[in-house]
Amino acid sequence: MSQGDHSVAFVRHDPLPPQAPPVSQAGVIGWLRTNLFSSIGNSIMTLITLYVIYALLAAIVPWIANGVWDASSIRECREQLQGVNAACWAVIEERWPQLVFGNYPPEHYGRAVLAFVLLFVALAPVLYFGLPRKMLWFTGLYPFLAYWLIWGGTLWIPIMALVGVVVGFVVFRLLEEKSFFGAMVAALAAALAFWIVLTAPLAEALAGVLPLALTPVASREIGGFMINFILGTSGIALSLPLGIMLALGRQSTLPIIKMICVIFIEFVRGVPLITLLFVASVMLAYFLPPGTNFDLMLRVIIMVTLFAAAYMAEAIRGGLAALPKGQYEAGDSLGLDYWQKMRLIVLPQALKISIPSIVNIAIGLFKDTTLVSIISMFDVIGMIRGPILSSTEWFGVYWELLGFAGVLFFVFCYGISQYSQWLERKLATDHR
Amino acid sequence: MASISDPAQPAFRLSMLVNDTRYRGITFQIIAFLAIVFFFGWLIWNATQNLAALGQDISYKFLGEQAGYDINQQLIPFVSTDTHFRAAMVGILNTLLVAFLGCITATIIGVVVGVLRLSKNWLVAKVMSVYVEIFRNVPVLIWILIIFSVMSNALPSPRDFRGDNATASMVFDAMAFTNRGVYVPGPVWEAGSGIVVAVFLASIVGIFFLRRYATKLLYDTGRELPVLQLSLGLFFVPALIAYFVMGSPIGLDYPELKGFNFQGGLKVQGTLIALWWALALYTGAFIAENVRAGILAVSKGQTEAAAALGLRPGKIMRLVVLPQALRVIIPPLISQYLNLTKNSSLAAAIGYMDITGTLGGITLNQTGRSFEAVLLLMLFYLMISLAISGVMNLYNNAVKLKER
Repeated sequence: MSQGDHSVAFVRHDPLPPQAPPVSQAGVIGWLRTNLFSSIGNSIMTLITLYVIYALLAAIVPWIANGVWDASSIRECREQLQGVNAACWAVIEERWPQLVFGNYPPEHYGRAVLAFVLLFVALAPVLYFGLPRKMLWFTGLYPFLAYWLIWGGTLWIPIMALVGVVVGFVVFRLLEEKSFFGAMVAALAAALAFWIVLTAPLAEALAGVLPLALTPVASREIGGFMINFILGTSGIALSLPLGIMLALGRQSTLPIIKMICVIFIEFVRGVPLITLLFVASVMLAYFLPPGTNFDLMLRVIIMVTLFAAAYMAEAIRGGLAALPKGQYEAGDSLGLDYWQKMRLIVLPQALKISIPSIVNIAIGLFKDTTLVSIISMFDVIGMIRGPILSSTEWFGVYWELLGFAGVLFFVFCYGISQYSQWLERKLATDHR
Repeated sequence: MASISDPAQPAFRLSMLVNDTRYRGITFQIIAFLAIVFFFGWLIWNATQNLAALGQDISYKFLGEQAGYDINQQLIPFVSTDTHFRAAMVGILNTLLVAFLGCITATIIGVVVGVLRLSKNWLVAKVMSVYVEIFRNVPVLIWILIIFSVMSNALPSPRDFRGDNATASMVFDAMAFTNRGVYVPGPVWEAGSGIVVAVFLASIVGIFFLRRYATKLLYDTGRELPVLQLSLGLFFVPALIAYFVMGSPIGLDYPELKGFNFQGGLKVQGTLIALWWALALYTGAFIAENVRAGILAVSKGQTEAAAALGLRPGKIMRLVVLPQALRVIIPPLISQYLNLTKNSSLAAAIGYMDITGTLGGITLNQTGRSFEAVLLLMLFYLMISLAISGVMNLYNNAVKLKER
């Protein structure tokens, strides 16, 4: 092999086996070094943060863990704690029905819970596209069912309301061929006419034949977290279509339509929700025909819907503006009319772009429903500030109650935001 | 040669108002306009009918009447014999005060948190995300109530500061956190303090001109001035010299425990602090997200290109990254300011006397003029919003990418 001067003392024939990385670069230590102690400044920050976390947990965890669960008043709590600073969870234990249902008749809690559970059944096909599309039928029926379950009364009123919708739909399908917009107007008119003229007498007549009624519950008996949920869901559901119309109106080439939409949007966005709620509670009665007096809950739902619709409109306008102009032009070049173009080409894409902002608005609206406590509706905050904290048994139990309400909201809002992120990933059709 | 002429225009028929796209838009608009006019006319007609039935009228005379209530937080002097109008003014100033304090604090919190969320330090980044998620997903009203109950229940009462075995003590012997409010040292303006303030303001103007001059010098000759050091010097030195030359005219008045309560110093109401910090922490979480998005929006190529040009890291941040990030950050930032200002109306929940508490609260209940009071309230917020969005549009136009 080796000859003469060209002898080589050693030749390696096979490569060195790979060595394990140094201990300081891999595993837990490596992770700690790169992520927590990469430099002196970082190490100091890590230590400070650890201390802050420790201080916070040391203050909060014993307070939560040592809490008293079994007592009938704040005094009993204090006796049991004997000077230890800890929570009095007994207030939640005793008053949770009030926090969740308000003054809703306890024997009918089952109805409210059923409405709540069915809400998720109704939402499922909207939220997850993998589910059978036939479930959407239930989604369509849900509002009427939920109304009946929560407010009670005869089933025929919601059924007649539903029939009104069907009448409108039939009219729409009959005229759809001629003009989409015209058919919508006609359908709306037909439904309204049915509701105003026929609903009450028909429902009464049918109730005479077959009662089918639940014990009625008045709106003022509904309270607690239930109000926040009712206002939140109905506000979000109703404001979305209204918001779409407003956004289209604002983008429209027709100056008067555009002006009306701009004024409405800017006005509503310019005032705080609390002033609109003042309008609902004290002013709206002035603007209705003398003698009419409708439910405060309904008035608040209307105001919350209008409020959210203005914000929805801005979110959707963002989506419409972000869509390349070529999409609009493609619609025109196919010979589609305005409504076909919007329905088939523009809106599906624009709505997808605006999902994050729409979800943010939905979360914001749900949180803002706590504001109704200021116009003395007894939502969860109103219940805490009113009947519970002013009762002699539970005077001064702030943290536990506010913390409970905070956790309730956190669970729902965080859930919605996680869902929206999942949806965004799912709908992403571009390749990144 | 055959000539092609336009086909003869068909005569105008009434059905063209609906079927012809040239006229349809106009028809729809007129119908919509009439519907709106009719709707508002109906509302106003109802309102006049209702008011007539109740024997009321629309009148703003109540603004000139004696208010008859006290306001515990006032930036301009107010006594209960003053008018409702003055009460509203006090409320407006209180709204602006809490909005101003809240916006500044929220911006600081938001920028710090937003930058730290992008930190390479895993723990810090996670803690900041937890802060953002907790504050964004719980209603601001709950935060206001929680911080208010800290202020009014968890803090010691003034008598705990008294005696030899006091359970509470003042921070730095200067600030007292009590459940009746926070007492901090207040400035005392003596003769000659005006000159110190004037010198200070003049040096700020001076800094502005110095920076312009430094930029011009850099562009014209390529010489760089040590702008930061010069600005800092200009900021402190003249004002301090003036302060000592005039014989220390600005003093501090420390709060002292006298009798049952603290006297002297500056008293900050617990309600103001609760509202201010709740709004700042809540809005700060949103601003943090905007800041993070803004920084992430500047593509990495920009940093690399700047580095390739030979800029140092500080300058890359200041000259390349920040200007582009700000273009993304500022518009949502301003809408967060707007949200904060509107959310300050939640003062009503804890009894901070802002415009909603005075005009929309006590004045409304005392005079029963709900119509007028709510209308004025809306007008006030609308004016603020329009002013802020006007400023935002000006800014947007100024920084807009100049495209072809």
